[in-house]
Amino acid sequence: MARLNVNGQVREHSAEADTPLLWVLREQLGLTGTKYGCGVAQCGSCTVHIDGAPVRSCVMPASAVGAGQKITTIEGLHPQGAHVLQKAWVENDVPQCGYCQSGMLMAAAALLKSKPRPTDADIDSAMTNICRCGTYNRVRAAIKQAAGEIRSAGLDIVHTVRSV
Amino acid sequence: MATPLNRREFIGTTLAGTAAAGSLVFGFPTSAAAQGAAPEVNAWVVVQADEKIIIRIARSEMGQGTLTGLAQLVAEELECDWARVTTEYPTPGQNLARKRVWGNYSTGGSRGIRESQEYVRKGGAAARMMLVQAAADGWNVPSAECSAVSGFIMHGASGRRTSYGKVAQAASRLQAPTEVALKDPMQWKLVGKRMARLDTVDKTNGKQVYGADLKLPGLLNASIRACPVFGGKVRGFDAAKVTAMPGVKKVVKVGDNAVAVVADTWWRAHKAVSALPIDWDLGPNAAVQQSAINATNKAGLDAEQAAVGNSNGDAKQALAGAARKVEAVYSYPHQNHATMEPMNATAKWTPERCEVWTPTQNGEAALAAAAEAAGLPPAQCEVYKIHLGGGFGRRGAVHDWVRQAVAIAKEMPGTPVKLLWSREEDMTHGLYHPITQCKMSAGLDAQGNVTALHMRISGQSILASIFPQNVRDGKDPVVFQGLNNGGGEAMLGYTFPHLLIDHAMRNPHVPPGFWRGVNLNQNTIYMECFIDEIAHATGKDPLALRRELMRNHPKHLAVLNAVAERARWGQPAPDVNGQKVFRGLSQTHGFGSYVAACAEVSVSKDGALKVHRIVAATDPGYAVNPQQIEAQVEGSFVYGLSAALFGECTVKDGAIEQKNFDTYPVLKMADMPKVETIVMGSGGFWGGVGEPTISVAAPAVLNAIFAATGKRIRELPLKNQSLKA
Repeated sequence: MARLNVNGQVREHSAEADTPLLWVLREQLGLTGTKYGCGVAQCGSCTVHIDGAPVRSCVMPASAVGAGQKITTIEGLHPQGAHVLQKAWVENDVPQCGYCQSGMLMAAAALLKSKPRPTDADIDSAMTNICRCGTYNRVRAAIKQAAGEIRSAGLDIVHTVRSV
Repeated sequence: MATPLNRREFIGTTLAGTAAAGSLVFGFPTSAAAQGAAPEVNAWVVVQADEKIIIRIARSEMGQGTLTGLAQLVAEELECDWARVTTEYPTPGQNLARKRVWGNYSTGGSRGIRESQEYVRKGGAAARMMLVQAAADGWNVPSAECSAVSGFIMHGASGRRTSYGKVAQAASRLQAPTEVALKDPMQWKLVGKRMARLDTVDKTNGKQVYGADLKLPGLLNASIRACPVFGGKVRGFDAAKVTAMPGVKKVVKVGDNAVAVVADTWWRAHKAVSALPIDWDLGPNAAVQQSAINATNKAGLDAEQAAVGNSNGDAKQALAGAARKVEAVYSYPHQNHATMEPMNATAKWTPERCEVWTPTQNGEAALAAAAEAAGLPPAQCEVYKIHLGGGFGRRGAVHDWVRQAVAIAKEMPGTPVKLLWSREEDMTHGLYHPITQCKMSAGLDAQGNVTALHMRISGQSILASIFPQNVRDGKDPVVFQGLNNGGGEAMLGYTFPHLLIDHAMRNPHVPPGFWRGVNLNQNTIYMECFIDEIAHATGKDPLALRRELMRNHPKHLAVLNAVAERARWGQPAPDVNGQKVFRGLSQTHGFGSYVAACAEVSVSKDGALKVHRIVAATDPGYAVNPQQIEAQVEGSFVYGLSAALFGECTVKDGAIEQKNFDTYPVLKMADMPKVETIVMGSGGFWGGVGEPTISVAAPAVLNAIFAATGKRIRELPLKNQSLKA
């Protein structure tokens, strides 16, 4: 059995070593919030965090993730789904079909963690996820709103934005 | 002789007659009613004792917001508390068993709201009347003395008051009223308001279950490979090479053109099917190249025979005698829908029953496909709809993936099997945007006035492939979307003294489908870019020329004027980052709504295009939820600009060359312009909003590119063109 630290828990699975992390999360650990969109790291639907950094899990072999590394999925972004970004997403009615939104949120959370006051150019370069419904402008608005709320509330950015 | 029925009618008339009536049975995961035992007040409304309101939605939610919009319409007339509203899908099987009490399930053509608004509002109103009647009966007073507001019923004279939840049981036993009056739009409280969507929260926390996420006890997973060449077949395959791979349960031939591997997990199934040696009989289409398809369409531009879609006067004669002619040839490529969630369905088959769980734009068509593939009467089949991870027309008319899933499940009776296409399978086995070319010819008099226009479309028909019974005498009426002479659906906004719009049908072997925006997409490019070409050739301002030609079409003109005014057409646009900004216009009418756009772009010396801003206007008649209309307009620009900048599927040796997003790029955040949407519902009609705006995206940008560079782009996508000075 191989071990992964996912959303704060040590989880065991029996997938072959070359199985992408995406499919271990979805099929071995039942965490289906992380989506399959392309399998070649193009669309970002499968974005999760490894030690806080965004990773496209569809091309990351699960065996390449060390037992000490912390994986965070959309299910673990906030225990009640109330991450500042998730709240901004709801307030802006961002999702349409919603399939890409887990990946969008995880990419955005990683962005705010490294750049709490992102410029438009920062957002453009960090948010390369594909959305076919076309939610980009609302995604941008929600990221800016969340960044503004962190600032105006004087919140501890690292604490607030960091995954559980 | 009986009139041939289209497929939708066929399903309705045949299945409704054979299916037995029964109590509602809801499938995972939409079973709100199954949890509470509350009876329905009527087909559209369930009121639980805890005052929760369940509104039944027949159309499919695929991101377009129809779930919320339709619920608003029902709730408006129901006079319930919006905060207590939830929704659920009644199953297609139950719809047929109950003589299609929920009407049409087809969710396409931007018809969800505009086609069902009247009967869903009546459903809400009838339920309200029954709830009021039940309360009045309990108080022994005439119902006319009672009123309903926000989930409560009041008897004014006595001051008595009760809630919907308390009288719902009694209401459910009453006869439905025969006369149901609807509110005057002036009285609307929910319709027309910027209501938040009902389906947002679960789409932000990973809880929303899509078809690809479905879990069932004992579920196995399948990955499939169909012949890369359309029309090709499986000659044989070497199952022994993969049966020992981890998790593999079975290798199954699916139909005559595909092989699937069933395994415990999808990844293992996919690894095995990828490793499976398959001997393909590619068939004659393996010789087809893109250049041959293009040449066929080109030849159609001058063909003698063509079906006429719109005409007045004698355009050919007027062109022959014109003082001057302007002519241009345009083309538009095949494209894949590329929904973010690839095609998938879960099927469970036994000799007695077949159940399918799938994201579908048409539950009834999915049921018909499942029944046919299962070899069972429709009454012994059921489809459970799941919210779609994108639809765009791919998941509506043809349920190829459902047939495959059932065929696989049939090989493993009693075991549910989930078939999920890989992205590569999805990209190469689509139902593609039809490919066409168009020759535009205008005749001008000595003063530069347009005397005649001939628009010759050559190329692919969707109906000829999907609903051939609707093609008459070689004419596919859908080809002329946005070009019709009158009608409420998609009419040309220009008047020419002599006009001829005709179509030479040329169908390649690549299967076409209804692709969000359908034929309005290319027709609007052809017409709106060419109008700009005429303006340039005659030295007229593009807006001024349009105003001249649109004088008989005030609603078309109203949206165009709205964007021109907001964008300050006629005044120079401010520079952005030291680069000059240029504007382009376009307008059309489609899916019952009037739309226009003004794009602002700049093009650098080395040819880099930047679309800075688009001002858009939409007149859908009644605007049910303006903030969702804005979302649809923004999304339409993403879809339309993806197409204009990048969208192209090409054929090599009979197969589609593009296999994933690395070779089929789409618009991303960095390319996304600002969008300003003017929702200007003029009332009096119901238009769709999910599609029409897509078609004005490309021509507005192409016309702005011309203003910026003097280059007229007539072949899409733009990625194949140089804008370098």
